[in-house]
Amino acid sequence: MKKVLSLLGRYYFVIVFLALLILPRYSKDYVLVLVSDILLYITLTMSWVLFSGPTRYISLAPAAFFGIGVYVVALLGMSMALPWIIAIAACASFVIAFLIGAITLRLRGIYFTMATFGLMELIRHLILWWEVNISGTVGRVVIPLKYTTVYYGMLVIATCVLLTVFFLGRSRLGLALRSIGDSEEAAAHTGINVTMIKTVIFALSTVFMGVSGVLMATRWTYIDPRIAFNALYSFMPVLMAIFGGMEKMYGPVLGAVIFTLLEEILVTKLPYHYMLIFGLVLVISILYMPHGIVGLIRGWVKGGER
Amino acid sequence: MLVRILNVVFDGLLMGGIYALIAVGFNLQYGVARVFNISHGEFIMLGAFLTWWFYTQHTVSPFLSLLITCPFLFFVGYILYRGLFQRIWRAAGSAEIYEANSLLASFGLVFILQNIALLIWGPEVKGYSYLTVPVRLGEVVFSTNRLLSLIFALAIGFVFYVFLSITRLGKAIRAAAQNPRVAGFMGVNIGQVLALCFALGVLMASFSGILLSMMFEIQPRMGLEYTIIAMIIVVLGGLGSMPGSFLGGFILGLVGSFVSYTQPGLSLVVYYLFFVGLLIFRPRGLWRK
Repeated sequence: MKKVLSLLGRYYFVIVFLALLILPRYSKDYVLVLVSDILLYITLTMSWVLFSGPTRYISLAPAAFFGIGVYVVALLGMSMALPWIIAIAACASFVIAFLIGAITLRLRGIYFTMATFGLMELIRHLILWWEVNISGTVGRVVIPLKYTTVYYGMLVIATCVLLTVFFLGRSRLGLALRSIGDSEEAAAHTGINVTMIKTVIFALSTVFMGVSGVLMATRWTYIDPRIAFNALYSFMPVLMAIFGGMEKMYGPVLGAVIFTLLEEILVTKLPYHYMLIFGLVLVISILYMPHGIVGLIRGWVKGGER
Repeated sequence: MLVRILNVVFDGLLMGGIYALIAVGFNLQYGVARVFNISHGEFIMLGAFLTWWFYTQHTVSPFLSLLITCPFLFFVGYILYRGLFQRIWRAAGSAEIYEANSLLASFGLVFILQNIALLIWGPEVKGYSYLTVPVRLGEVVFSTNRLLSLIFALAIGFVFYVFLSITRLGKAIRAAAQNPRVAGFMGVNIGQVLALCFALGVLMASFSGILLSMMFEIQPRMGLEYTIIAMIIVVLGGLGSMPGSFLGGFILGLVGSFVSYTQPGLSLVVYYLFFVGLLIFRPRGLWRK
């Protein structure tokens, strides 16, 4: 019995995954939409952690890549099969992130942060200018997908991100990334191509953001640059990762679940208060729980042992 | 044609004055106090909104209300540094962790300040007209408030430069910018000086907000764009260099006015490309190799 329990404890994520797999057969649309939201935030947060966690280079651009995915849908509509649209969004995110990374990741980390911070506004202004001056239409109507399609799509992406983070953490590449975070100079001296690794992993991490943008785009029936590029999608992953703690994989996931539910409850009742509260939570987390929930739990476990 | 070019150049210089103030403030916070303050633009927004509020609700002229707005926001900045960033500094242990954590905390501040403004004033775009009487200089025409804001920006830049070069506190600030630890050993009250630098940065932001509110429409989410502009100018002029930022502000102002003359709506895009070009060819600033 004890053996079964410890096995369960170890492979709980398999059970969660199986439960999520059969969820659409038994639940209402509302639950499905909510769980898709949670999966979206898990994807955004985990793909942020994938690069920014080990290297400590702070990217403020999740919203930009999410928006790229959304806008690929807005531009192409559903004129192609969904897999093609996903492939195009993934390529677009990868190429743009690769360029930004190649330019800034050879410099000090702060330049990378600046470049990513401006990226969302750059793309938004560019698209707005294009639509006003050249194509003459601002905003587009999108044909919605079925809730179950979005749900399964998000489930696949979220699983992919989690597996990527898991296996990367165990690979030589992951070790190289962590050593860059600890001491970039030392890492370079051991023969790691520092800039290349950072750039490729950053670009890879944005692919997930772009693809989740494609799937979530179909939720809005109407898209314009202001809707697609919203700074909220850069802020939430940072908040969720910091609050959850980045040292263990369950940290960001827990953060994502908690804040998606909170957002769901508060967004209609207190539209401005809730972002104010989330901002305060981020500041307080940085001050009083720098290792997030993961750190708190570790503290309790250690305290119990003593 | 010449008149048009002169007009564009003048517009650029007028805007450049405000950009210079914004960038010097940002550079004080990052170059000296080591806080990469993403919420810089939000203090510009607060300055603008407080001025609008005083003018439209209480008919206090902007140049009078700044006597309340500026000290108030200066105080807020001081408290913020003492209460928040200094604590992060004590907890951090290393300069890199401090830089990352203070950056993320200021990212949180963006949403706090923005939503406070949204709660108080609502999401609508606001504006007022003040001193819009046109001034003629030969063939070139512009409004009085623009000219006044340029004069103010230049005056503040000059006063600040003199303050940095002559006074004891200015010397302490320059010492802290070079090496805070050693400056501390030399008897500089480093906590106090860094807090004052951060607060001075907020002061510059609120001042530019006041000037901006006289010329443009304002809304609670206006800050982001100015933060980006501040970052670009600071890279242009070199991190930590105050004269660099001041001049850089005018350069970017000129670039912006030429772009918006030919293609309005593209100026931020051109700024960003300009920034990328700098990162490729001159990452340490236009003047430093």
